[in-house]
Amino acid sequence: MSKRTVELELATPGVDAQGRAARVPLTAEAGPGLAEEHMLVNIGPQHPATHGVLRLVVELDGETVVRCIPHLGYLHSGFEKLGEYRHYNQIIPLTDRTDYLSPMANNVGFALAAEKLMGIEITPRCTVLRVIACEMSRIISHMVWLGTTSIDLGAFTPFLWAFQERERIYDLQEMWTGARLTTSLTRVGGLMADIPDTFVAKLREFTRTFPKTLAEIDRVLTRNAVWAGRTQGVGTLSAAEAINHSLSGPMLRASGVAYDVRKDKPYLGYETYDFDVIVGEHGDVFDRYLVRLEECHQSNRILQQALDRLPDGPINVDDPRVILPSKTRAMSDMEAMIFHFKQVMEGVKAPVGEAYVGIENPKGELGTYLVSDGTAKPVRWRIRPPSFINLSALPRMAEGHLLSDLIAINASVDIVMGEVDR
Amino acid sequence: MTTPVPGALRAEVARDGETIVFVAPDRLLEAMTWLKETPGQEFDYLVDVTAVEFRDRERPLEVVYFLRSLKRRADMRIKVELDAAGELAVDSVWSLWHGADWLEREVFDMFGITFRGHPDLRRILMWETYAEGYPLRKSFPLRGRFSRAEQVRQALNTNPEANYSLEELAIAEAAGDLPEDMRDRLRRGERGVIPDPPTTV
Amino acid sequence: MKHVAETKEVSGQSPNYLVAKFQDLVNWAVNSSRANSLWPMPFGTACCAIEFMATAASRFDFARFGMERQAFSPRQADVLICAGRLPFKLAPVIRRIYDQMPQPKWVISMGACASTGGVFDNYAMVQGIDTIVPVDVYVPGCPPRPEGLLYGILLLHKKIKGESLFDAVKRRDEQPLDDKGLRLPPETIDEISEPFGNSVHQFRSS
Repeated sequence: MSKRTVELELATPGVDAQGRAARVPLTAEAGPGLAEEHMLVNIGPQHPATHGVLRLVVELDGETVVRCIPHLGYLHSGFEKLGEYRHYNQIIPLTDRTDYLSPMANNVGFALAAEKLMGIEITPRCTVLRVIACEMSRIISHMVWLGTTSIDLGAFTPFLWAFQERERIYDLQEMWTGARLTTSLTRVGGLMADIPDTFVAKLREFTRTFPKTLAEIDRVLTRNAVWAGRTQGVGTLSAAEAINHSLSGPMLRASGVAYDVRKDKPYLGYETYDFDVIVGEHGDVFDRYLVRLEECHQSNRILQQALDRLPDGPINVDDPRVILPSKTRAMSDMEAMIFHFKQVMEGVKAPVGEAYVGIENPKGELGTYLVSDGTAKPVRWRIRPPSFINLSALPRMAEGHLLSDLIAINASVDIVMGEVDR
Repeated sequence: MTTPVPGALRAEVARDGETIVFVAPDRLLEAMTWLKETPGQEFDYLVDVTAVEFRDRERPLEVVYFLRSLKRRADMRIKVELDAAGELAVDSVWSLWHGADWLEREVFDMFGITFRGHPDLRRILMWETYAEGYPLRKSFPLRGRFSRAEQVRQALNTNPEANYSLEELAIAEAAGDLPEDMRDRLRRGERGVIPDPPTTV
Repeated sequence: MKHVAETKEVSGQSPNYLVAKFQDLVNWAVNSSRANSLWPMPFGTACCAIEFMATAASRFDFARFGMERQAFSPRQADVLICAGRLPFKLAPVIRRIYDQMPQPKWVISMGACASTGGVFDNYAMVQGIDTIVPVDVYVPGCPPRPEGLLYGILLLHKKIKGESLFDAVKRRDEQPLDDKGLRLPPETIDEISEPFGNSVHQFRSS
């Protein structure tokens, strides 16, 4: 793992000797009245900087946040309840809409859990294609994060650069699945469709030019005094606290804990790919930014390796009880027609039992816990939401910081409210 | 299967290969403390807390804890069975893992299971004066208990002031401005006291 | 939109008169200015908000159509674009935001969830924001492509250009909630929110 150090000297440090943010008192004189009263300020749920419908109630002492109480549930859509009324393949489109910034990764996470429950092993081509899908999702999710965080902190241009890169991945997603955002890529036992012929060349072209955009963004932000001044030393969380708050993903790694689900509990053959786990040191907003930026480079590396090793073969497992037979066969062969009928009308039945699979979503560890009672609809579909759990550390991180730092800290958690509220 | 976890009733293996240990409800905190602090166990990371209610009404509700030891790279699932007809309450593990804070609030919101010792057990996903019940229970219909028009009316009439907790209003010293019945409603809904279930079906 | 303008030939005088109805002239001036510079209030909740952001970004760029400045304060906005699903907890929020917008104001319901509740036919979701706020343009899609949203915006432009300052029917006044706190009668809300298609059964296979 190579180490990258960024050295900067700021003229006016925003933190004092103890590492706490410098306090900005309301008035210069001490005394009763306005100077001593704490204010209650409501941020959201409709607010440009809360990254969705999040409501923060902050208690302010001047400009300093004394306490921050998040209110959630403004995007609660009843996903888990809805999952109990849908077949396993009907839940796949629902998974797009939880973390809508990286939909293909959610599809893959759910499919892996369903396949583990049913004891299905997917084909080699499907495995590599799912890795490609997960890494593409990681790139687009981090690009949204980068764009919106720079807007929050005042820099508008990286947003446009990041979204232009996203458009290129959107073109690839549309080429593959027909949809830009709500992809519904996977099915239990395989994928919805194979990649078209031009896909590999276009993705290879993307991996060739993507590092240039990352270098541009790096040049604009990393050694920028405003950026560093607003993010260094802000929202620090130690490794022990991060573990105790059950954080995962870049939030956990920026605090110095080298835990990546792809390395520690590998799935989809990730142990055979050559990539680094990016670990930070201080656990502040700046470290989280560096971790996510570097992760984009690593995703690029994985994409190139996956494209090199993409094997031929079928994408779906050869099991007619799980995979729909082709239309021509269903129309001509009686047995195939019966399988088609049973799958569409009754759904694919899972055996009694439960399974949990956690994958490394761009936000953290996305877990899917499925409990089945032998029918085609799960008894319980639980999404272990990384953004929800990462957000619960926000009050702890924001104490003692200024109000504008709160916005930076909120941005660094990388939440997507669809997943927080489900 | 035998298991050294204190208070364990039985152990199983799930379809994904993970060990599940069923623990008696009254010995949960003891078992969790043992799991976290004993050298050789060291489950320092709480992955998830959730609950499961089965379609078979005879089966009890299960509260499921997913534990992980980052050092030993080991996982374990702990389950507590609660009788659906009895008192739905377990001890909170917030004192061991702060990550349980919002996870237990969500289980309370969706299932109505109280967590004794939780510092702030309020509804988290639905609004605090939500009167239809606990959504993820099997007795709760998918489209809710009230008609759509009634749901819209209740949602639009949720007083914005009622969306601040008593703790927050105390900061702004605005609690005294609330009407008496709203203050009572807020007080009843907080700190682990379960609001009365709806009488209308 | 037909605006009748004619030149009149009057003997002995210059033929360069242009006659038009005063109402048409005023309507044309006011409606064009309103339509060509609609500042959106992006009430973005879920996935549609991401497609909204993509429409705002450089590839599709709705600034070309007058939406140069996204007004995050409703007091400075013209059109409320509800991009995404609306749970019941968020219902009073959107109503309050709509009430805070000054006249003239329009509402675009972007996406299937904002228009009808989408895939979420359950206890938590408002089955269409038109049960809460009056909607001018519905943009279908899940999420609609940026081109789809642009088409909806252009449709709104057309609608605005057809409005009239002098006609109370074509102009829209405030539509406050009634004494029960609803915008539509309860029977209408129940009727438009009826279940269709998707399963509401756990024990049956469909």
